[in-house]
Amino acid sequence: MALFESFFNSLASPELYTLIFTGVFLLYCARYRLLTRPGWVVGISLAIALFFIIGAQNHDFMTIIAKGDNMPIVIMIFAVFWCLSLAFRQAAVNDMRIEKGEPPTEALDSNKKVLVWPDLIYPEFVCTVLLTAIFIAWGIAVEAPLEEPASGTRAPNPAKAPWYFLGLQEMLVYFDPWLAGVVLPGMIVVGLMAIPYIDTNPRGNGYFTFKERPFAIGMFLFGFIVLWVSLVIMGTFLRGPNWNFFGPFEYWDPHKIEPLVNVNLSEFIWVGMGNTRLPDNPLIREAPGILLILAYFVITPALLAKTILKKFFHEMGFARFSILIMLLLGMASLPIKMLLRWTINLKYVVAIPEWFFNI
Amino acid sequence: MALKDKIAETQIWRSIFRHGYPSTPRNRALAALSNVFLHLHPVKARKSGIKLSFTWCMGGITFFLFLLETITGVLLMFYYRPTIEYAYNDIIAMREHVPLGIMRELHRWGAHMMVLAVWLHMLRVFLTGSYKPPREFNWNIGVILLLLTLLLSFTGYLLPWDQLAIWAITVGSNMARAHPFIGHEGPGASLLAVGDVNLVTPASDIRFGLLAGRFVGAGALLRFYVLHCVALPLVAGLLMAVHFWRVRKDGGISGPM
Ligand code: HEM
Repeated sequence: MALFESFFNSLASPELYTLIFTGVFLLYCARYRLLTRPGWVVGISLAIALFFIIGAQNHDFMTIIAKGDNMPIVIMIFAVFWCLSLAFRQAAVNDMRIEKGEPPTEALDSNKKVLVWPDLIYPEFVCTVLLTAIFIAWGIAVEAPLEEPASGTRAPNPAKAPWYFLGLQEMLVYFDPWLAGVVLPGMIVVGLMAIPYIDTNPRGNGYFTFKERPFAIGMFLFGFIVLWVSLVIMGTFLRGPNWNFFGPFEYWDPHKIEPLVNVNLSEFIWVGMGNTRLPDNPLIREAPGILLILAYFVITPALLAKTILKKFFHEMGFARFSILIMLLLGMASLPIKMLLRWTINLKYVVAIPEWFFNI
Repeated sequence: MALKDKIAETQIWRSIFRHGYPSTPRNRALAALSNVFLHLHPVKARKSGIKLSFTWCMGGITFFLFLLETITGVLLMFYYRPTIEYAYNDIIAMREHVPLGIMRELHRWGAHMMVLAVWLHMLRVFLTGSYKPPREFNWNIGVILLLLTLLLSFTGYLLPWDQLAIWAITVGSNMARAHPFIGHEGPGASLLAVGDVNLVTPASDIRFGLLAGRFVGAGALLRFYVLHCVALPLVAGLLMAVHFWRVRKDGGISGPM
C-alpha cells in the first residue's frame, strides 16, 4: 500500500501527468485495433477500477472521491473510456473491411428501414424506465452536497469552478484570464462550429472509421481527451489549496509553498542576454515577444502550407486552410505554453501588465 | 373482440388518437404521424441508425435528462425562494420537511450526467462523421445546445447559496472581469474612455452586468435564478425541437451512402 501510494505520488507532477496522458493517447491511436479488443477493454477497466478501490483505502484520496460532486468525474473516466472503445472497436472492424474492399458494417442494413413504432419507441421506453430507476436509486443512496451558508468574506481554499469548467481553471495557470477565460473558450466554440465547414473530407460520413480521417479525428480527440478531459481529472484529483499540485495520495497541505521563479521573455532577452535594463517603453520592451507571436500566427501557416500540409492547402483552399490553422495554433498554444513553463520557467511571452495585455 | 380493440373503439380513445391500437403497420405509422410528440420521430428509420452501438442512445439520454431536470426543477421551484434570506434555508427544508425529499438529489445528479451525456453525444456524432453534409447546420444547433447545457448547469450551481455555490460562481465569473474591452481588467478596456472618465469600471463592465453587482450577491442570485428557471430552459427547449426536426429533415440518423 505504501509502495502503491508513493509510486503514484512520485509520478504526479503536471509535467509527468500530462506527458504520460499524451503518450497513452498516442499509443491508443496507433494501436487501436489491438487495444479495443474486448479482453483489453475489460483489462484496462479493471485496472482503473482497481486503482480506485486500492486508492480508496487512503484517507486523503477517499475524501476526494467521496464528495458527491466528484462522482461525475469518476463516472466520466469510465464512460469516456468505454465510449471511445466502442467507437474505435467499430472503426477497427470497418477499417479492416474497407482495406479488403468491403463496405463498412453499417452499410449492410443502412438501406433497410424499420417502423419507428415499435422498433425505436420501445427501446426508448425501456431506456427511460431504466434510467429513472437508476436515478431514483442514486438519489436515495447519496445526498446532494450542501456546505455552510454562503459567506462573501471566507473563501474556501481551493476555490474550484464546477467540474466541467476545471479545464478552463487549469488554463489559468498558464494564461491570464482574458485568454484562458474568454479568448480560448471563444475559440473552442467557434472552432466546434467551424468543423463541418473546414473538414472537406467526404469519407467517413455515417459510419465509424479512423483510417479514412485520421487527421480530423486525431485533432478533435487531442483537444477533447488530452486538453479537456485530462485537465478535468487533474483539476479534481490533483489540484489542492492555492491550486498547488498534489499527488493523488498526498495530504492537501494549505501551507505547501511552491517557489515562484517564472520569468518573462523580455527579461530573458534584455536582462539575461543583453545585460541591460528593461526599456521603459512597453512596446520596445516587449518587441521580441510581439514579433514571436506574429511569427507564430503568420509564418507558421505559410510554412505549413508549403511543407507538410501542402496537400490540405490545395484541397481546402486559402480561406478554409487559414481558419483551420488559426484554430489549431490556438489549440496548440496551450501545450506549447505548458512546455515553455516546465522547461525554461517562462511566465509571459508578451508582458504588458499596464494594459492587462499578457500572453 | 379483444379488450384493447374495444377500448380503441370508444369515442374517448378515438377523439385522442384517431387510429386503432398500433399493432398493424398502418396504425403504427399513424401512431408516429398523428402524435405531435412522436412526430419528432420519422415514421421509418434506418436500421443501422437506431442501433445502440451506433448512437449509444446518447442524444436520447440527454433529452431524457433534460425532461428529468424540468420535472424535478418545477417541483423544487415550489419550495425555493431566490433571496439571500431564504434560499439556503429553503434548500435545507427540502431535505428535512418535504415528503419524498430526493428531488434535489435527482436534480443535481441529473444535471451532472446531462453535461457528460452531451459531451459523449458530441463525441459519437463526431466519430461517425455525422456533421458532414447535409448535417452541418444541425451540428451547429448542437454546439449551441452544448453551451446552453453548460450555462444551465452553471447558473443552477449558485442557487443553493452555500459556500460551494458562491465561490464556484465567483471563480467562474471573475473571468468576465478580464474580457477584452468590456471587462475592467481586460486588455483594451482603458481605451474606452471619454476624456479622463473610464467607461469600463468595476461598476459598469460585463461582469457587473452578469452579476448585477460587484460581487456575487442578491442581484446575481435573482439573475441566475431567472436565467436558470425560465430563460435558458425556454431557449434550450426550442432549440431541441429544431434539433430533432433537423435530424429528420436531414435524412434521419446518418448512415453510409
Ligand atoms: C441538449 C443537448 C442535445 C440533445 C438533447 C440532442 C439530441 C439528439 C438526438 C436525440 C439525436 C438523434 C440521434 C442520437 O441520439 O444520437 C441527435 C442527433 C444529432 N445531434 Fe444532438 N443533441 C444535443 C446536443 C448536440 C451537440 C452538442 C451536438 C454537436 C456538437 C449535436 C449534434 C447532433 C447531430 C449532428 C445529430 C445528427 C446525427 C446523425 O444524424 O447521426 N447534438 N441529437
